[in-house]
Amino acid sequence: MGAGHGHRLHFHGHSPVHRAPAHVKLLLLLGFVLVVVATPREWYAAYAGYLAVLLAVIALSRVPAGYLAKRMVVEVPFVVFAVLVPFVATGPRTEVLGLSVSEPGLLAAWGLLAKGTLGVLASLTMAATTEPTAVLAGLQRLRMPELLVQIMGFMIRYLDVVTAEMGRMMTSMRSRGCEPRSPRHWPALARSLGALFIRSYERGERVHLAMVSRGYTGKLPQ
Amino acid sequence: MSTPVLDVHGLAYAYPDGHQALFGVDLHVHRGERVALLGPNGAGKTTLVLHLNGILTAGAGTVAVSGLPVEKKHLQEIRRRVGIVFQDPDDQLFMASVRQDVAFGPANLGVRGAELDRRVLAALEQVGMAEYADRPPHHLSFGQRRRVAVATVLAMEPEILVLDEPSSNLDPASRRELADILRSLDVTVLMVTHDLPYALELCPRSVVLSEGSVVADGTTYDVLTDEALMRANRLELPFGFDPRSTSMAPPAG
Repeated sequence: MGAGHGHRLHFHGHSPVHRAPAHVKLLLLLGFVLVVVATPREWYAAYAGYLAVLLAVIALSRVPAGYLAKRMVVEVPFVVFAVLVPFVATGPRTEVLGLSVSEPGLLAAWGLLAKGTLGVLASLTMAATTEPTAVLAGLQRLRMPELLVQIMGFMIRYLDVVTAEMGRMMTSMRSRGCEPRSPRHWPALARSLGALFIRSYERGERVHLAMVSRGYTGKLPQ
Repeated sequence: MSTPVLDVHGLAYAYPDGHQALFGVDLHVHRGERVALLGPNGAGKTTLVLHLNGILTAGAGTVAVSGLPVEKKHLQEIRRRVGIVFQDPDDQLFMASVRQDVAFGPANLGVRGAELDRRVLAALEQVGMAEYADRPPHHLSFGQRRRVAVATVLAMEPEILVLDEPSSNLDPASRRELADILRSLDVTVLMVTHDLPYALELCPRSVVLSEGSVVADGTTYDVLTDEALMRANRLELPFGFDPRSTSMAPPAG
C-alpha cells in the first residue's frame, strides 16, 4: 500500500502549463467549457478553433497524447448515447453509409460529441498538469467555502484507501468463487458495495474522532 | 503521593443502545509510569480510552487528568494533556504532508509560527521520521505511518500518551523500532494491547480489564505468570513464550 501513488491523472512535468497558478487554470477551464457549451452546434469552424487551442495547450504542456487518450475512456457512455441519438430521434431522415438516420438527431449527436469531447479533454489536461492539492489551494484562493474544500481534500486523501479496500473485497470474493463481473453475482457485488459504504462511513467517524482528539473545532489550520 | 496523571474513579458507562460497557472502573497512573491495559475483545478497553479525553462522557464516576476533571469546559486542555494514538494510522493521518499532519494538533491549540515548526520537528525527530516531513503520509510504509501517528500526538506535548494496539499489523522489525521509540520517550504511557510479550517488554505494570471492571492491577510479570487469572480472563501467551525465561523474570533464589 505504501507504493500506491495517487497519480492516476497527474502527469509530472515542469512545462509553463504545469507551472501556471492553479486558480488561473481553474478559471480558464471554467471559461473555456462555458464558451464551448454556449456555442451553437452549427458553427463548425468555431469548434475547429477550440480544438486547435486545446491541442496547442496540450503540446505546450508536453503531456503525451496517448496518456490523455487512454483517460478519455470515461467519455464512452456519452459516446454510446450520442451514437444512438440519430437512430431514435424523429424528423426528416437521411442516408449515412446506407443507414436511415434522423437529420436533427445527427446534428444533436454531433453537438453532444463535440462539446463533451472538448470538455473532457480540457478537464483531463487540467488534471494532468495540476496536482490535486494545488487544485484545492486554487479553489481556496477563489474563495470556495472552506467546508467544501475540506470535504474535497478528504475525498482525495481517502480515495486510495477506499479503492484499496474495495480491491481487497473483490479479491476475497473471487477467492471464494464469485466473479464480480458476472451478472449472476451482481447481488453479492451490490451487498459488498453496501458494506464498503458502511465501512467508509465508519472510517469517517473514526477519522473525525482522531481529529477531535487533537483539538479539532471545525477549521483546518492553514 | 503526588496527583496522579490519570485518576479514574468509579467510572461506569452504558452506550445509548443500553449495552453497559464499564461497571465502576478505578485506575490511577502516576507520572513517568508505563502501564499496559490488557483484556479480551469486548472488555471495554476502547470505551475506557475514549473517556480519558472526553469523547465519551462518564455515566457515573469521574475522570481527572493531572487533577483537572474531564468536563466540557476543560475539553481543549484535556485533549492537549491526553494524546491518543488510534489503531489505524489511516484514521489519524489525513493531511497532504507529514508536516501538516503533525502540525494539526498543536495548530488547533493555537500554536503558530516558529514554535509550531519547532514542535513539529521535535516530534518527528523523537520518532525518527524528520526526513519524511514533506512526504504525503499515504506514501509511507505502515510502520512509518504508525510512527508519524505517534508524532502527531507528541507534538501536542501531552502528559500521557495513550496507545491503542501500537504493535498491531507491524512486522517484527517495525515492532521493535517502535518499542525503542516508546522506551526513549520521557512521557507517561498507557498502552492498550493484546501483545502480551510487548506489554512485558515495555510496561512494568499491567491492569487487566474484563467485562467492564478492573480484575487485576500489578506488575506485568506477576499478571502474566498468574495462570488462573489469565485463564479466567481469556488472556493467553503466544506459543512458546514463557515470561519466566525472559530477562524480566526475578533473579532465581
